[in-house]
Amino acid sequence: MPSGPRVVRLRRGVVVDKVLPTVAAILGIVGIWYLVSYVVLSADRRFLLPPPHEVLGSTLGNPNIMNPMLAALWQTVGVAIVGLALAVVIGMTYAILMSQSRWVEKILYPYAVILQTIPILALTPLIGIWMGYGFSARIVVCVIIALFPMISNTLFGLMSATPAAHDLFTLNRATPAQRLRKLQLPAALPAIFTGLRNAAGLSVIGAIVGDFFFQQGDPGIGGLLRTYTLRLNMDALFMAIILTAVFGVVVFSVFAALDRIVIGRWFGSTDRR
Amino acid sequence: MSIDAVSTTSAAQRPLSMTRTLVLDGVSKQFDTGTVALEDVDLTVGAGDFVSVVGPSGCGKSTLLRLASGLDAATTGSIEVNAHSTSYVFQEATLLEWRSALKNVELVGELSGGLRSERRAKAQEALDLVGLTGFEKQHPRQLSGGMRMRVSIARALVADPDLALFDEPFGALDEITRLHMQTELQKLFRLKEFAGLFITHSVSEAVYLSTRVLVMSGRPGRIVADIPIPWSYPRPPSCATNPSSRPSSARSPRRWESTHERARHDGPRDRDLWQGPRVRRGHRARGRDLDA
Repeated sequence: MPSGPRVVRLRRGVVVDKVLPTVAAILGIVGIWYLVSYVVLSADRRFLLPPPHEVLGSTLGNPNIMNPMLAALWQTVGVAIVGLALAVVIGMTYAILMSQSRWVEKILYPYAVILQTIPILALTPLIGIWMGYGFSARIVVCVIIALFPMISNTLFGLMSATPAAHDLFTLNRATPAQRLRKLQLPAALPAIFTGLRNAAGLSVIGAIVGDFFFQQGDPGIGGLLRTYTLRLNMDALFMAIILTAVFGVVVFSVFAALDRIVIGRWFGSTDRR
Repeated sequence: MSIDAVSTTSAAQRPLSMTRTLVLDGVSKQFDTGTVALEDVDLTVGAGDFVSVVGPSGCGKSTLLRLASGLDAATTGSIEVNAHSTSYVFQEATLLEWRSALKNVELVGELSGGLRSERRAKAQEALDLVGLTGFEKQHPRQLSGGMRMRVSIARALVADPDLALFDEPFGALDEITRLHMQTELQKLFRLKEFAGLFITHSVSEAVYLSTRVLVMSGRPGRIVADIPIPWSYPRPPSCATNPSSRPSSARSPRRWESTHERARHDGPRDRDLWQGPRVRRGHRARGRDLDA
């Protein structure tokens, strides 16, 4: 869970701390990729993993492949953003309700756990039958996948205020609304951001899973993944995988950065003396 | 016991004690687990009194404070609080990490309503009082342990309490900071004239700060002695720990009592007892150490 050291690390050089490891990781992946393509695979089986320059060469310069792919990615981004927003609103509301009374928590928590433990792939066909195979069904899948970390982290955060802090509010005759607004929610903020970061990553997965199964309307990048797989269009398939990976990393990084900035400000650690 | 006899005389002599700010009468506390934390505790804190409670850890000192503040209810007995406003200083500073020092003190005003400008001015005043002028915008993480406790005390004083309850507030501080804070608290107590109930496990701290020291036995907690500390304020910080800085006649409170009474009859000379050359020297030397 969030703690002090993360905030302190902000002060060190961002380049050394963040950029170098990322570049090294990308170079590592590319290196292994070439190794597998040229050393592990024989020439007649090289189509299973074409080397990076072939993948990029045959797709990036080809608008017939790239244009639909980027359009599909955009569609998926839309699903992920709407799904994440809904997961945040629903998850936080759910957690706040649970935090206000023990027995509400006892009633509501099992549903959250069930939602988390049922394999989403078992639910997906049902969602398709109920909701149709378009945008709304994709959103529902995305919300279900991203919801749990929002609920559990928010709840954990709301419960994280110390008994002494609660005593302080009790002694000053705080109303439940004041306690929530001035103690529990602010105390929960770091945990909420942890939840947000996890939920953001999961919303990307949820959006891709959703359009992998539901192909009505404009295809998402998940839908294209399926199409390329069926056609054994390996270059396009790998490009689509790269795009989804970059998408996931971007979303995660954005929320991780947001987390550090907001929480740093919040606790005054980035203030100058 | 003879100690009781001393206590009665002393209380009778102090006119301020006629107003009883906090009265516990036959108070017992048994937890749901069956543990008896307090048994038949009688306790009175008069206006102008600063009463310390010392005792072994786990003897129910903190429970006593929770009952007095109304955070917990007594199992039997009655508790009477005659105060417009009661404040509580916790063992830890218990500051809201996301609020600046000033905003932490302002919280009290926010919760009770009232004008923003007014409560900000009062918070600023309270911070000035505990010596934190210039640190208003700092967040708790940017403050030292002693400064955090100062903010906590400012927050307790901002509502001008008639009764202030302290739950071992200096227990977590290092020795130097602790001595410094004790001196400051004594000043504040004299200045703001609140009645204090102060829990501590340090006998010297209790003696230094208090008009009376109550000694509690182990579980179940009972008050086994009520010892008046007859020295007048301000007291030099060393008086509780270093016998040589007291007037020679005051090495034991019992013996000192008679001197004290004589001094009382002499009227104004009462204060002079602490103004003798030996005491002042001790006070100054100590003060310089602390400032360094």
